[in-house]
Amino acid sequence: MMTNKTASLNRKLAPRIKDAIEFDLRLKPYDKFILDNGIEVYAVHAGPEELMQVEWVFYAGNWYEQHNGIATATNHLIKNGTHQKSAFEISEQIDFYGAYLNRNCYNETANITLHTLTKHLSEVLPIVSEIITDSIYPASELDIYKQNMKQRLEVNLKKCDFVANRLIDEYLFGINHPYGKYSSTKTYDELQREALEDFHRHYYLNGKCVIFVAGVLPKDLQQQLNHHFGSLPLNRSALPETEHPVSSAEEKKYRIINDPNGVQGAVRMARPFINRNHPDFPASQVLNAIFGGFFGSRLMNNIREEKGYTYGIHSYFQNYIHGSSWMISTEAGKDVCEETVKEVYHEMNVLRDVPVPEEELLLVKNYLIGTILGDLDGPFHIIGRWKNIILNGLTEEYFYTSVDTIKRVDAKTLQGLANKYLDPGSFYELVVV
Amino acid sequence: MIQFERFQLDNGLKVIVHKDLSTPMAVMDILYDVGARDEDPAKTGFAHLFEHLMFGGSVNIPDYDEPLQVAGGENNAYTTNDLTNYYCQLPAENLETAFWLESDRMLGLAFSEKSLDVQRKVVSEEFKEHYLNKPYGNAWHIIREMAYTRHPYRWMTIGKELRHIEEAQLKDVKDFFFKHYTPANAIMVVSGNVEMDEVIRLSEKWFGDIESGRPYTRNIVQEPEQKEARRQIVKANVPLDAFYKCWHMAGRMDQRYYTADLITDILGGSTSSRLFQSLVKEKKLFSNIECHHFGSTDTGLLAIEGKLVKGVRPETAEAAVEKVLDDLRNVKVNDKELQKVKNKTESMMAFEDMSLMNRANSLAYYELLGDAAMMNTELERYNSVTTENILSESRRIFDDKNSNTLYYLAQ
Repeated sequence: MMTNKTASLNRKLAPRIKDAIEFDLRLKPYDKFILDNGIEVYAVHAGPEELMQVEWVFYAGNWYEQHNGIATATNHLIKNGTHQKSAFEISEQIDFYGAYLNRNCYNETANITLHTLTKHLSEVLPIVSEIITDSIYPASELDIYKQNMKQRLEVNLKKCDFVANRLIDEYLFGINHPYGKYSSTKTYDELQREALEDFHRHYYLNGKCVIFVAGVLPKDLQQQLNHHFGSLPLNRSALPETEHPVSSAEEKKYRIINDPNGVQGAVRMARPFINRNHPDFPASQVLNAIFGGFFGSRLMNNIREEKGYTYGIHSYFQNYIHGSSWMISTEAGKDVCEETVKEVYHEMNVLRDVPVPEEELLLVKNYLIGTILGDLDGPFHIIGRWKNIILNGLTEEYFYTSVDTIKRVDAKTLQGLANKYLDPGSFYELVVV
Repeated sequence: MIQFERFQLDNGLKVIVHKDLSTPMAVMDILYDVGARDEDPAKTGFAHLFEHLMFGGSVNIPDYDEPLQVAGGENNAYTTNDLTNYYCQLPAENLETAFWLESDRMLGLAFSEKSLDVQRKVVSEEFKEHYLNKPYGNAWHIIREMAYTRHPYRWMTIGKELRHIEEAQLKDVKDFFFKHYTPANAIMVVSGNVEMDEVIRLSEKWFGDIESGRPYTRNIVQEPEQKEARRQIVKANVPLDAFYKCWHMAGRMDQRYYTADLITDILGGSTSSRLFQSLVKEKKLFSNIECHHFGSTDTGLLAIEGKLVKGVRPETAEAAVEKVLDDLRNVKVNDKELQKVKNKTESMMAFEDMSLMNRANSLAYYELLGDAAMMNTELERYNSVTTENILSESRRIFDDKNSNTLYYLAQ
């Protein structure tokens, strides 16, 4: 008798699955300790490789600067020289141990991030301590920075997406607000090294700092961190209470010609939005996913997969500590930009008028939970989630509420949110060609 | 040390299993041994366009993405000059969904006119977004055509020109599929929270009855040795003058590849590298400068590129680059500098291997090169490079006759 084990295989029938919404998601807890000077350290010990990541978060973002560009420049040049070491020597020592020392400046916070093999941690920590306490901002380094940043800006200003990103934030928050302002040649020309030194003294050396550590951690981590950072004059004074009033633009619709010969336009549509601690926020994440938040979203299906107007279209929340916006972003063929804008509004209206079908809702829930499950994999992802929670003044509860909301939210709630927030009239729209 | 096991189905499909029980996820990675180098010079960009069409429905399943998303998974794919790779990650309990989806599109595509029509447009927009609507976006089109006279690395994966994509026909799509998308031409890696027995059972069940197809024999004309320096000047609507120079280097399987890779790290890639320190920081001739290579399977290109500080003449900038290369050609690097770039490489590989997806990608890639086990011997190959190797390889690569120079100047 001939047997053919595949004869009965029905390829049209999907294998049985476990719905991702039935998965029990757990956020691995952190260990917390406090250094002698009050620095809070959050640590997640996990991982297959003998590696680690240490992040020093300072409240030293654009929010705290007096003049545009100071916070970014101070952060960028923090590793470009101390009394003992030149920029080259700092970089060479870090490189010698195969480590990576990066720094980033955001709106509220600015960080220094170290990635290193665990075995080399004790060799590289003193260098981080040195740049926090003794960065000297040499004039020659600042001059090179100014020149190169101006040149880079000139190239970027030729790109419609870069120009569009700046302008849409200006419409949302105002040109004088930390979230809305941007740099110009003049910004760079006006940078003074004394201002950088001053900012460094206030917001790094005497600033407010939190440390996040993840990976395979050495047993004496606490001692090592305490030794290098526990006696610095950090966290002694309260941060200044700084208010920045939002001043949104009156006019909602903009068309800008940046390059008359361009073949594509950058489309941005955005509205001010609620923060993570607002009760509507968790369910809005589901609505955003359906709208434009992943590859199977409605915007992607309509504008890329149906019409072929673009390589990609996305919607997302720009979340900052003091404010937020809901953004739609794409680069589309020059002659179909207006049609793209129209279709985005159309998709908003469909979400407002028609409840999301059950099948689609279940798909999106499964997808989101599956993504979180995958994203909880590995120590760097886990600490990233915790950092988000801690810096936004939230608790563990937030994670579980979010997961629970994704699992439970119904079509009616989503339609309510769409009517509340996806109102075409409250969106700014911009096309830069 | 990455552990794995492997087996092969009767139809030629190679399967590698990498078990990691610390994660709740599973990854399926399928690499097809076809890239832009396998394209007809009159129909370039096809391997990549085809990658898009692989998501347009298969013979029994109208949509690839949806069922995967329902199973809590996500996926992506990429095409290079050498290969095409598809990968997805999903909760390990739902692994069979990946087998179902991937086997069906290896069995056959839906070949719909509508899907082809839309993806032609999508890829055209991708072409515009990355290569036409960006300053300097076409620089590498120009350089590849200059550096390669015969080898299909002459064109980029996106294609030589938009027209080739716009004119793609359904017949081309079908021919391409049956020529390249066969079990014998594929490598599958299943990794994560999976058991060997189960992977064998599912592989037999879903992939076992796919026809093995006609074997594809690659017949690529290798690039003849370059005998004289080539140069070109382009003027365009860009704000700054840019400098590009590249040289042919050894292919991926050659031990000299590892030496060349370390040379790129000595020259670029960090603020302690030679080009940055000398030309950006000390001489202030460039506002940025990089050194990189393409990791190509066949003879590749090692490149230096940077933007000039305003007012600097390109000839001056080039002479300064050559001065840095002179040092490499004439003086052995010291042990410490070589150790630095080796340490950097060790660390970079360790960080990459943290991700399950990267481990699956790498296993498939090394298997394509000949043996997945190479993943565990890479570091040794880097560590065996000596300061003499760096010296002799620098002389060999940075030979003027082997060079291709492009001045990309502001109008």
